[in-house]
Amino acid sequence: MLRMRYVNQALSGWGRFPVEACHVYRPTKRSEVSAILHSGAEPSYIPRGLGRSYGDAALNLKRGTILFTHLNRFLSFDPAAGILECEAGVSFAEIIHYLLPRGFFPPVTPGTKYATVGGAIAADIHGKNHHRDGSLANFVVGLRLLTPEGQLYECSANRNSEVFWATVGGMGLTGIILSAEIALHRVESAYLVVDYRKTRSLDETLAVMEESDAQHRYSVAWIDALARGRSVLMRADHAAASELPRHLTNPLAIPKRVGLRVPFDFPSLVLNRRTVRCFNRLYYALHRSERLLTDVERYFYPLDRIDHWNRAYGKRGFLQYQVALPLDGGREALQELVRCLADFGAAPGLAVLKRFGVGNAAPLGFPIQGYTLALDMPDSRDLVPFLHQLDQRVAYAGGRVYLAKDAVLRPETFARMYPRLDEFRSIKSRLDPHGRLSSSLARRLRIVDDTQ
Amino acid sequence: MPTVLIMGVTSAIGRAVAAEFAGRRYDLVLTGRDPEEVAAWAADFTFRHNVRATGRLFDALEFPSHVAAIESCFEAAGGALEGAVVSIGYLGDQALAERDPAEAGRILDTNFTGCISALNILANHFERRRGGFLAVISSVAGDRGRRKNYFYGAAKAGLSAYLQGLRARLFGAGVRVITVKPGFVDTAMTFGRPGLFLVASPQSVGRGIFKAIQRGQDVVYLPWFWRPIMLAARAIPESVFKRLSV
Repeated sequence: MLRMRYVNQALSGWGRFPVEACHVYRPTKRSEVSAILHSGAEPSYIPRGLGRSYGDAALNLKRGTILFTHLNRFLSFDPAAGILECEAGVSFAEIIHYLLPRGFFPPVTPGTKYATVGGAIAADIHGKNHHRDGSLANFVVGLRLLTPEGQLYECSANRNSEVFWATVGGMGLTGIILSAEIALHRVESAYLVVDYRKTRSLDETLAVMEESDAQHRYSVAWIDALARGRSVLMRADHAAASELPRHLTNPLAIPKRVGLRVPFDFPSLVLNRRTVRCFNRLYYALHRSERLLTDVERYFYPLDRIDHWNRAYGKRGFLQYQVALPLDGGREALQELVRCLADFGAAPGLAVLKRFGVGNAAPLGFPIQGYTLALDMPDSRDLVPFLHQLDQRVAYAGGRVYLAKDAVLRPETFARMYPRLDEFRSIKSRLDPHGRLSSSLARRLRIVDDTQ
Repeated sequence: MPTVLIMGVTSAIGRAVAAEFAGRRYDLVLTGRDPEEVAAWAADFTFRHNVRATGRLFDALEFPSHVAAIESCFEAAGGALEGAVVSIGYLGDQALAERDPAEAGRILDTNFTGCISALNILANHFERRRGGFLAVISSVAGDRGRRKNYFYGAAKAGLSAYLQGLRARLFGAGVRVITVKPGFVDTAMTFGRPGLFLVASPQSVGRGIFKAIQRGQDVVYLPWFWRPIMLAARAIPESVFKRLSV
């Protein structure tokens, strides 16, 4: 067997912080995946998809990073059952492109459609329907996992369930997800009926969510963290074909629109407290409490329309901060976080709040019943210490940070947030006794031992 | 539905041409060495393009199996094949080939002897049918032997010469023979290799091949600028060329 070649490349997550030199391998055949893992050329490897996790989850400094974008084949589709089997490198964009016209939509979708199935499972992503449907794991009917020892596991919630739950949310550290079967959601149209509702404060937002979330499949609130958490709630449901105006002759077609692009890094000054405040005011003012028909792209992926939107944060990149807070005491913790943000003078460009339904059996799963708050913040000198402070408060409140978005969490705080860490470690050491799967995130958080 | 045979579906270029045909509602017969890969690609083409894509096994180095393997492709096509694309190649390890006859043999047999064995069978088929096309991926590397890859280059040069003769033979029968000479393309063959420039995407090369087939072009360089580049490279006198480390 010839040695697999790699490219030494500076990589980052979507937040563009940190940037690390990784040895990028790009298999185009399944047999090459095992060849790479067994070559002994690198101390460790981490799989990577389209690089949409924000921090260092898919980075492996000076070690192997296996790109899965070329293993993206659709293997089978059963329209009667709505079950799609595809390889890990298939993106949500591809699923929507091919299957929305046939009346199917991903059962859970992240805020970008340029995420891969493998990455989505490894992060056990949630969507705006978590309060009702839970995370993606609930719709993964089966997956094929290749361990670094060369063992192939067919697993699901019922079969090899321990391996399944460790892999879901396991950040690529239990094995390589080769392919998965996913139960898709049947839809009649490419549109959603969105119910907008403006609120004046965080309290009001939470109250409205509590009382009416259950009536909608999707629910999320954009909140103005600089103005005491006044919000625009966006609750939505897939529109039935009969709800569409008559001129839309094909209910399953997405209207074509011009793509935009951020052509270069904006100076870091573009997004500052003042401009964000202006943006927020404008955003709040432009929305009304009303019901509107919107297509799926606009509702789920507004930023995907702008190619490289992460450049708007400047060369230094930005940090995404997303936390989950439990029902019990979560409300108070949330108020406190919003207060801290205002005091610190942070200017989160986008702040999004939603309620989480019950969590699942994944030892490193993120969602817990309660609330989740996500913020985009441009990197600044004292941002990291500030986030560390927030981390402490979140951990104290029984909450946790989302690993797919994290770049700065410290190992001690991480262990407090994820009390089932040791359980995960023991499954990992059984599946990967030689520690051949590791990442910059795994070392930073000491999920693995090879901390050099 | 018209059907096209794509030999070498695990090659990015073969696949890109296959996608061009599938996008125009052609059914496909796809070949490769690895059954798992061939099955995955057949499933993927069927799903994405909603055409009939059938996988068959073919290994360029298993000479005794060639006749049966290609006949099974004809069978899989059901009716008549519109044409065949042969995208079988192995760059290999030049340094190793200089020491190890087995590696040298692998390079020559995959790119030259194996391809030609398949092409002989295909040529007779299309000649009898008095129509169709044979598009074969050769390389700019065959236009001039280079110190860095002369095993590969020699095999491709031989393949190009074979295609010249074959084109003349099949001309009367109305069978078009298209020699495709790509430059550097971003594929598994080139990934991670130093010293590449003007690297093209497999998709753009696939589009170029499809166009060349439609036009019935004899020899196509892809992208086009490799034609003048190779013209210049061939014009360098041997006494100078041998001193260059290219």
